[in-house]
Order: sequence, then structure tokens, then C-alpha cells
Amino acid sequence: MWQHKDLLGLERLTSAEIEHILRTAKPMKEILMRPVKKLPTLRGKAVFNLFYEASTRTRTSFETAAKVLGADTASIAVAQSSVSKGETLLDTARTLEAMRPDLVVVRHQASGAAEFLANHLKAGVINAGDGQHEHPTQALLDLFTMWEKLGDLAGKKVVIVGDVLHSRVARSNVWGLTKLGVEVVLIGPPTLLPDEMRVLGVECRHDLDRALPGADVVMALRLQLERQQAGLFPSLREYSRAYGLTSERLKRTGKPTLVMHPGPMNRGVEISSELANSPRAVIEEQVTNGVAVRMALIYLLTGGTAHVVD
Amino acid sequence: MSGLEGNLKSKIMDGDGMRRALTRIAHEIVEKNKGTEEVVLIGIRRRGVPLAERIREQIEAFEADALPLGILDITLYRDDLSMIAVQPVVHESNVPFSVEGKVVILVDDVLFTGRTARAALDATMDLGRPKKIQLAVLVDRGHRELPIRADYVGKNVPTSSREIISVCVQEIDGADEVLLLEMETDK
Repeated sequence: MWQHKDLLGLERLTSAEIEHILRTAKPMKEILMRPVKKLPTLRGKAVFNLFYEASTRTRTSFETAAKVLGADTASIAVAQSSVSKGETLLDTARTLEAMRPDLVVVRHQASGAAEFLANHLKAGVINAGDGQHEHPTQALLDLFTMWEKLGDLAGKKVVIVGDVLHSRVARSNVWGLTKLGVEVVLIGPPTLLPDEMRVLGVECRHDLDRALPGADVVMALRLQLERQQAGLFPSLREYSRAYGLTSERLKRTGKPTLVMHPGPMNRGVEISSELANSPRAVIEEQVTNGVAVRMALIYLLTGGTAHVVD
Repeated sequence: MSGLEGNLKSKIMDGDGMRRALTRIAHEIVEKNKGTEEVVLIGIRRRGVPLAERIREQIEAFEADALPLGILDITLYRDDLSMIAVQPVVHESNVPFSVEGKVVILVDDVLFTGRTARAALDATMDLGRPKKIQLAVLVDRGHRELPIRADYVGKNVPTSSREIISVCVQEIDGADEVLLLEMETDK
């Protein structure tokens, strides 16, 4: 059962806790499919979204999740707030705390920012992405999508391809997947997948085509176009030729492999438009599942103080 | 309510007693609604579900019509969530039909404070606008905290607040019986 005040990353969760979140997300998804998507569960609870990095999908997903459960939400985006007037993270957090939120969702460009807030706030904290550290809710929605499509994940093979070095999504996925017994293979050019990434304890390779046979899931990571200016890969066309996912390339898996992408996609770069539109791609379903998983987390993190009666 | 700890005081119903009570409830449902045309059954998790299935079998045996049956998990509608520390496990609801204009029979094992029934009423209403909602329970043990009563009752059992009613069903507990337990004195 769930006993934590915060969700900061998957590294510190047990497989039983991860499975509990996934099992809770299933009834939440059923509620999302109803004509009336509104519950009284968290009536009177307040969820604040504190976003220091631009984000539309993650913030909207959290907001929707909180609202379906009946909580009230407030969103604080960095550009319009006092953050741009020089206030420190801690002062902003204290000011927010004075407004008595029950849960704070935070995204920040610094690794560890969510943990810092969690240590200073009485309210629960959900990490919606901190620097290059973790993005646990994205990984949980990826796990949920795989679990729903493939059943028990132990023994399955997942290939994650792209800019692993800068990806908190990849890190959280590696923690979650390995805890559930999945064989993970990370793929990318040496500049974006340096040898040090082996500390994550999974296989790291540079040749996508050789890693594909037997893969149950292939996940493409978003290629941040500014990495090219940094000289980490020569051209989009060359990157795409070596690491872009296409239907043709996917035949190598020899299976009806699921294709995933955390979005937003660069069509024609890390994934071909044709593959992204094919039935193998579950990219839109990942978005729906994101709301369900965030509903589960908001529910689990907003308990009271007394003991369970039944 | 089963799974609660306590010392056995008496057996209130055995398997035969339960079967007869459910048979009577099945007949009463048909009689009160003049048939089963608009009737749908919804079992409240957990033990309301097997009880609803049995009522359905009975009605289908003598009325021939197939009766829709749904499953409702009321956890997200509980009124004590902000008080308890560890959130209770949420299970899936599965009501694969529209309740619009229907006579919904909610089925549960025990009617006690009425808070579960209140939650089930709200949960049902969020699925649509039924014509009527009726409540069927195997045991009514009294001690209501809300103005709620059952339309169909298997057995009325006056209890003290220290007593526990434990409904056991074959599908979950391995036997059909209703037990009266006494809470253990404070440790």
C-alpha cells in the first residue's frame, strides 16, 4: 500500500509500489471514459502546478486529472510570476504553502528541485520533471500503457532510442522497467549515449538495427534540435538514417511491436510520420493514460491522517 | 464486512437460509416492479456482486428475460477519505449498460450506517439518470447515520455497536453463511 508523502522518482520505489499505482490507474481510466467525468473524491483539496519550464501537455494532464477527481487547481507558470522578479524557489514555495495547497506538482530545470521542495513543504510534492534527473509520471504512464497492452511485463524487451543522455524520461523508464523485470536496451549515438550511462545497469548500444530483434516495445525519445548546434550529431538527416523509427525498420523485431513516444514528436526525425500514424503507435493512448496515472497518484498522495477503518 | 476480526457469537444464516432469503428478494423485485422490463442490477463491491449475481440467476429462472448486471466500486465516493491516512484500494467499476430511465437495484451485503448506500447512490447518479433506484441487502443491522432504508431485506438483525455482521459467500470466502461476531476488547 501507498505510504509516501511525495513522488520524486521511480528509483526509490519498490516494484510493489509501482504495481499499486498501475492498478489504481486502471479504474481511473474507466472514469475518464465516462460521459460525466467528475468525482467528488477530492472535494475541497487544492493542487498547485508550479512550472519553471514550459510545458503544455504535462501541465494540462495534471490539471485535468485533479479536476476529474474534484480537486481545485491553480497553475503558476514561470514567465508570469514573481520567479522572473528574482524570488528564490524556497520563497516561492513558502508563499504557496501559505495558501494551503494539499499537493504541489513541480517542474524545474534543476535536478533535485522537487526533492528540495518536498523537504520544505508540508504538502505532498509530485515531480513533473527535474533537470536530467527523473520524470516519474511520464515513465509510469509508459509502464501503464505497456502493462495494459502486454500484460505482465517481466521478461519483455524494451528498446529506448535517442538522446538518452539528456532524457529524464529515459532515466525514469529505466528505473521503472528494470524493477518490473523488463530487459531494457538503450540505443543512441555515442555523443548522446556515452559509456557512463552503463551505471544505470542496462545494456547500452549504438546500433539500432541490431538491437531490434525480439523487442516488444520500441520507444523513441524526442530529439532536442538545439543539440545539433552543440555538435552532438551532424545533421537531422544523418540522425534519422541511423536512429529514426520507420515501419520498414520495425520489421526487424519479428513481432507486433508497440511504438511509443513521450511527445512532442519531430515527425520525420526520430519517427516517420507514416509509423506515427500506424496502429502500432500508441502515442495518443499514452496521453490518455497519462491523465489516468496522474489521477491515481493525486488520489494516493492526498490521504488524511487517521487510520483506515475497513 | 467480512475479514473483520472478532469472536464468534452465533450463526445467523447458513447456506440454505441465504438462498431462501435471496429467492424471496428476487420475487419481491419482480412483484414490486411488475416484471423486469426496466430492471437492472448493480452489485456493490465486493460482496454485493456475488449476491447480485444470485438474485439475477433466480429472476432469470422464473422470468426468462436476461437481466443486465453491473459492478460498482464506491471507494472514490466515500465520505471519510480526507480522514484516513492510507488511501483505500480503488477497484474498477463495470456498468456496461446505460442506467438512463432504468430501475436500478443496488445490491449490498449489509446495511449499517447507510454511508456506503449514500456513496453508491451518488456513484450511480454519475452514470446517468435512472428512473428509480432501489436498495436490496442481505442483512439490515440498524444503526443508521443517514436517512436511508432498504427496499428489500433478507433479514433484520438487531445488533449492538460492538457486534460485527460478517457475510461470507462461496465465491470469496469459500462458504455461504452470515455470522454475528463480537469485537475483541481493546488490546
